[in-house]
Amino acid sequence: MSHLLPPAFLLLAEGSTLIRLSPVDLAIIVLYFVAVLGIGFYLKSHTKTGDDFFMAGREMTAWVAGLSFLAANLGSLELMGWAAAAYQYGILATHWYWIGAIPAMLFLGVVMMPFYYISKTHSVPGYLKLRFDERSRALSAITFGLMTVLMSGINMYSMALVMKVVLGWDIHFSIWVSSLTVAAYVFLGGLLSAIFNEVLQFVLIWLGAMLVPIVGLIETGGWAGMVERITRNFPGQNYTSLWSTLGSVSDNPMGIHWTGIVLGLGWVISFGYWTTDFLVVQRVMTAKDLRSAKMAPIIGAAFKMLVPFIVIVPGLLALAVLPFTLTGEAEALATGGHSYNEVLPLMLARYLGPGLLGLGVTALIAGFMSGMAGNVSAFATVWTYDIYRALWRKDASDAHYVSMGRWCTILGVLVSIGTAYLVMQFASIMDYVQALFSFFIAPLFGTVILGMLWKRCSPSGGFWGLLAGTVSSIAMWAWVKADPSALRYIAFSPEAKDMAENMYRALWSWLICVGVTVAVTYATKPKPVAELAGLVYGVTPLPDEGHLRLYERPRFWAIVVAVVLAAFNIYFW
Amino acid sequence: MHGRNLISIWFFIGVLVLVYGVIILGAAFFADHSGARRVVLQELRVDIWWGVLMTALGLLYTIKFRPKKQD
Repeated sequence: MSHLLPPAFLLLAEGSTLIRLSPVDLAIIVLYFVAVLGIGFYLKSHTKTGDDFFMAGREMTAWVAGLSFLAANLGSLELMGWAAAAYQYGILATHWYWIGAIPAMLFLGVVMMPFYYISKTHSVPGYLKLRFDERSRALSAITFGLMTVLMSGINMYSMALVMKVVLGWDIHFSIWVSSLTVAAYVFLGGLLSAIFNEVLQFVLIWLGAMLVPIVGLIETGGWAGMVERITRNFPGQNYTSLWSTLGSVSDNPMGIHWTGIVLGLGWVISFGYWTTDFLVVQRVMTAKDLRSAKMAPIIGAAFKMLVPFIVIVPGLLALAVLPFTLTGEAEALATGGHSYNEVLPLMLARYLGPGLLGLGVTALIAGFMSGMAGNVSAFATVWTYDIYRALWRKDASDAHYVSMGRWCTILGVLVSIGTAYLVMQFASIMDYVQALFSFFIAPLFGTVILGMLWKRCSPSGGFWGLLAGTVSSIAMWAWVKADPSALRYIAFSPEAKDMAENMYRALWSWLICVGVTVAVTYATKPKPVAELAGLVYGVTPLPDEGHLRLYERPRFWAIVVAVVLAAFNIYFW
Repeated sequence: MHGRNLISIWFFIGVLVLVYGVIILGAAFFADHSGARRVVLQELRVDIWWGVLMTALGLLYTIKFRPKKQD
């Protein structure tokens, strides 16, 4: 099983842990586990029907749905991964939070949410069934299920890695303890329990992680002082400009052109993830009414805009204040130094004493668990409704489906554990996840957006476009693996790094999906317009918001968030 | 979250943040007498400030969102 060899940082010697926790820190971590399990047990008696278990009763407020929507995304990438990316690529990593998320979240709230909500579907594959046919749903559900357990495995692996590097805990023990805790509270309370815990985790993440940038910026004398130190430590390299170095792939540490950021990340990957990945969209579907469903992604977007403060800024601060340089995994192992992935634990240890350190580590664990729970609960819904019920048992009772949902929560966790061990062979966690996005998410976005906005789009067009986009994405990935020089065709440059390649591959697969969908649509028969009511723009009556005050309108808050986003981008240009 | 008498999620959050705040405050004062590991900018005493903030926030949320008796 040589392909399952762990990456270098798992080979750290015994006693090489970054920090040692005091009994107070451990008490804080244990209390967290008690709290999430307690919430799960409390909610079990409130989770009786399929609507309760899979859709949290569809009675969440905009705030709860919005924070849960964001927290479900706060998995391994958000904390460890993006802090590492900030150290490696500088402030460019912020693009994944701003242009790579906010426009898509606003678009979901203002444009797409009405169709998801009015159709009363329980999932994105379920929407495809209503809009197109069973083929599209099956393809989407199967690829989503596959992606979900892989993502869940990544979360588990990341959490275990943190516990290994930070606490010195055995990686296998960590995987099992964390995953079984998540399995327990999702098994007990379903999506309701997942959402409750995600909101709790969201608060803990902020309370635990916010001190690092606050104290760090005090140490450097503010933003200007930090930039000055980075410039002094790394002369000739620009780590603090958001856009000005993107004119040429050789001018920035990521090796990417601005077109890749705008079209690949800002358009395809971002819109694909935030508007069609059921993991996050499921949270918004639980809103109590249409206005709450529209406001939830906008609230999420406002907070998303602030997340770089607790994730990117610590990575930049590390460039400014650490007395040593972090490296890639192989070099770190060879030299006995530290790798990029350890940047956040290193910064936590630098600034946080007993108690606060436990809170900081709890923030990391909470982030990982919220992401994992998001994957598991979404997997349970898609498996039960879109695969099991659609393909095997169409007429079982509601109680039967709830039972199936509970047990496939356990199954999903077990498969994810297996995936966690597979993930260990990849050197860069994030690049791997980006590859997954481009396999499944980018083409799915093409299919959903055409289906939602173009009433002529036919069921066959939807299915064959989705299939062509997915297959072509995997084929491009395999092509570059077999022949790295193919990068010059896919990413326009043989110098493109993995992230740039993933973005361009997503863009191509989306274009192929759209092209095939349009071509097949004109060659096949569309659905009758009468069957598209509630599903497609132009044939769905949308509730008028004219009676609402200005500050009650989702569109108003979307504009506010968009203006602030533009201001941030100009300030950090 | 309103149709079946669920305890508000904000109550759970308030209780946990309150408990955490008290623990962190206690640890901050205990650290003065125990020779605990020192961190960069220890003199700022962020542990005390953060402990006070969390205790206050936790208390506020615990009281505001505490379960009400049913009529």
